[in-house]
Amino acid sequence: MSDPMEQFKVIFFEECSDLLISLEEGLMQLQAGDCDEEVIHSVFRAVHSIKGGAGAFGFERLVAFAHIQETLLDDIRSGALEMEQAYLKVLLQAFDILSELIGAAQLGKEVDEDFGADVAKAMKAILDQTGVPLAEQADKKSAITPAPDTATIEKNERLFKISFKPYAELFQRANEPILLIRELKGLGKLNVKLDVSDMPDIEEMEAEHAYFSWDFNLITEYDEAAILEVFEFVEDDCDLEVTDLGLYLSPDAFVEDAQAGLFEDIEDEQNVSASIKKPPKSVKSGEVVVSQSIRVELDKVDRLVNMVGELVITQAMLREQGSELLVEQYPNLVHGIEELSRHIRDLQDSVMAIRAQPVKSVFSRMPRLVRELTAALDKKARLVMTGEDTEVDKTVTERIGDPLMHMIRNSVDHGLEMPEDRVNAGKNEEGTINLSAFHRGGRIFIEIEDDGAGINRSVVLQKAIANGVVSPDANLSDDEINNLIFMPGFSTAEQVTNVSGRGVGMDVVRKNIQGLGGRISISSEPGKGSKFTMSLPLTLAVMDGMVVNIGREKYVLPLVNIIQSLRPAEKDVNFLPDGRKVMMFRGEYILLVPLYELYHIDDAVQNPCAGLVVVVEGDGGVLMGFIVDDLVNQQQVVIKSLESNYALVEGVSGATILGNGRVSLIVDISTIQDMSANQLMKFQSASPETKMVSPQAQISAEIH
Amino acid sequence: MKKTALTVDDSKTMRDMVSFTLKNAGYEVVEAENGQLGLDQISGASFDVIITDVNMPVMDGITFTREARKRAETKTIPILILTTESGADIKNEGRNAGATGWIVKPFNPEKLLQVVEKVCG
Repeated sequence: MSDPMEQFKVIFFEECSDLLISLEEGLMQLQAGDCDEEVIHSVFRAVHSIKGGAGAFGFERLVAFAHIQETLLDDIRSGALEMEQAYLKVLLQAFDILSELIGAAQLGKEVDEDFGADVAKAMKAILDQTGVPLAEQADKKSAITPAPDTATIEKNERLFKISFKPYAELFQRANEPILLIRELKGLGKLNVKLDVSDMPDIEEMEAEHAYFSWDFNLITEYDEAAILEVFEFVEDDCDLEVTDLGLYLSPDAFVEDAQAGLFEDIEDEQNVSASIKKPPKSVKSGEVVVSQSIRVELDKVDRLVNMVGELVITQAMLREQGSELLVEQYPNLVHGIEELSRHIRDLQDSVMAIRAQPVKSVFSRMPRLVRELTAALDKKARLVMTGEDTEVDKTVTERIGDPLMHMIRNSVDHGLEMPEDRVNAGKNEEGTINLSAFHRGGRIFIEIEDDGAGINRSVVLQKAIANGVVSPDANLSDDEINNLIFMPGFSTAEQVTNVSGRGVGMDVVRKNIQGLGGRISISSEPGKGSKFTMSLPLTLAVMDGMVVNIGREKYVLPLVNIIQSLRPAEKDVNFLPDGRKVMMFRGEYILLVPLYELYHIDDAVQNPCAGLVVVVEGDGGVLMGFIVDDLVNQQQVVIKSLESNYALVEGVSGATILGNGRVSLIVDISTIQDMSANQLMKFQSASPETKMVSPQAQISAEIH
Repeated sequence: MKKTALTVDDSKTMRDMVSFTLKNAGYEVVEAENGQLGLDQISGASFDVIITDVNMPVMDGITFTREARKRAETKTIPILILTTESGADIKNEGRNAGATGWIVKPFNPEKLLQVVEKVCG
């Protein structure tokens, strides 16, 4: 990466992806009928910038394509073309081609000769209507206009006579005759004659007028074009006459004119030529302000996050020790620890904010997906996105993309009806998919809502029964039926389409979301549509937890899942025929989960009426009661991956270090839910003589 | 004393290229993302040359140039506009706003430096 051009390239491609996002956003707004001038301008600018950068790196295919696109947009921008839906379609196609070309350029891949040719042709066809011929790569030509020092060198030196009289405008545009004369001198042998005859008396002199003119004789190997290029920026701000006096033969020919007037050497010229004095400079070198943001390697940020995590643990430890101190005895120390806790919390928030990114980068992939899907399925759909600026942890933006795409795909493929069916159902033939993100209660929510047919519960139920997912006599609520689509191997589309695939879908989606510490649920109303709601943690490094005692061990329950803790009355606890306990909670029976059994803790309180029941909400809103001894406290815990530090343990999502330095495990509610539904029997039938050891005891044993 | 340049461009790639080239040539370089931010940089500062893009959000390069010409700090400072359009239109627009000259994109670092030195010595 030592080559600066390579570095620029990396930045260029990063920038391209931002530009593509704003380009697509703009096109979407245009499609939504928002033909605001600023929208068209921003669309134009995006293409323009991509083209500009591409040119600098010699991505010619990209430049050529962007050039046509840019010209078309420029005509729309300037009003030469009236925006039409048909144009928009072409522009959207062009956007796709442009993205592909950028991708290819980034990977250094060759693109087929005729890739995008049809779209380019379509754009040219639109341009032809305007009668404005497409400037064929005008820019490129001018870019290779030879600079004076590379201009064609003629065999022999020629003599040029140049007369130059600047107007006041030349100075107003901050051009400087001295610099021009110096540049001219660089072309060959220069003699300079200054004419000051227009100079008025000092009283009449206007500081901003131009009074001087010059005559030059230049002997040079360069041609006239090179001389004119010296005056490139000022040719309209002066009288300029360049006369080619032919081949320069002898020194005598040159001096001939020299005696005619006042000739001075260029060096002396400086004293008199500038008719406007530049204001005195006062550069304070400390004043230089550079960029507003910096790029940092993710590694460095993660190290920082980690260190802060350790700091949180140390602080928790200090706090625990400090709580035993008497305030009267050590007022400053106790106060200091309080202060420290608060600052660490702020520090942690700030560090986490570094990793936060707007979900826009993920959302922005969706419009194209919807476009492609609707085209492939002959459906009509509009994607409405809100809350794209909502920020989430980088890991979330990295890993949420695929599940999100899958769900959008499902919504378009299975959710939305065909246009004619929609019309028959009294709906707009164009379906709407709302994709939104927002913060609530310390979590981020992403919702995907369609106004399609909704989930056909009888089909889902039949299918589930046929697949053996539920027993035929199961009495399921509407919600429970909806949630069956998250079961492995479930696909309700009557035939497998090439769009949504083979129904490996929603269970994988749920797994992915859970892997991020998130939860997903669905609500659906027949005929009106479905809504998927994902809730995700703001950060994957810390969470708010409830520390509970189970026997001699401490476990952490994610606070977000906890509904309530209570000690049930004897009459509220009942037994199912299979030996499982249930408890009456808010008018319904909920399953009591004996965590001590799942984690093999033998000295735990087993009677819920003697200990406590923590009511938690599992997947799909299912409530469960976890039997624990009692609650310890509520605290922020730093999540350490058990998988990378130890081994994957079922029923445990990670570990943390408590204030006393002890390792504590974090209860994985959704796997517990599965375990208690499916495997509880197994535990109960396990022979009593096999001595099971709790995972926490085992880990502690191995650590100490 | 080091010369100081201001580069005004919404494209980070372009700002970086201008900045890198000029820094290599011994300039101090200050960056701004659009015309408005460019004007903010001008206040009280003293630049030797300004290089601005034309198409930018918030405030375009032409407006920026026109405004900069009104400021005492930059009234007589060379302002170069970066343009992909080589047509006379944009150059005239730039000239009318008070631009000293222009650099046609794409440019290579030598070309950039050459033009910068052309106008600011």
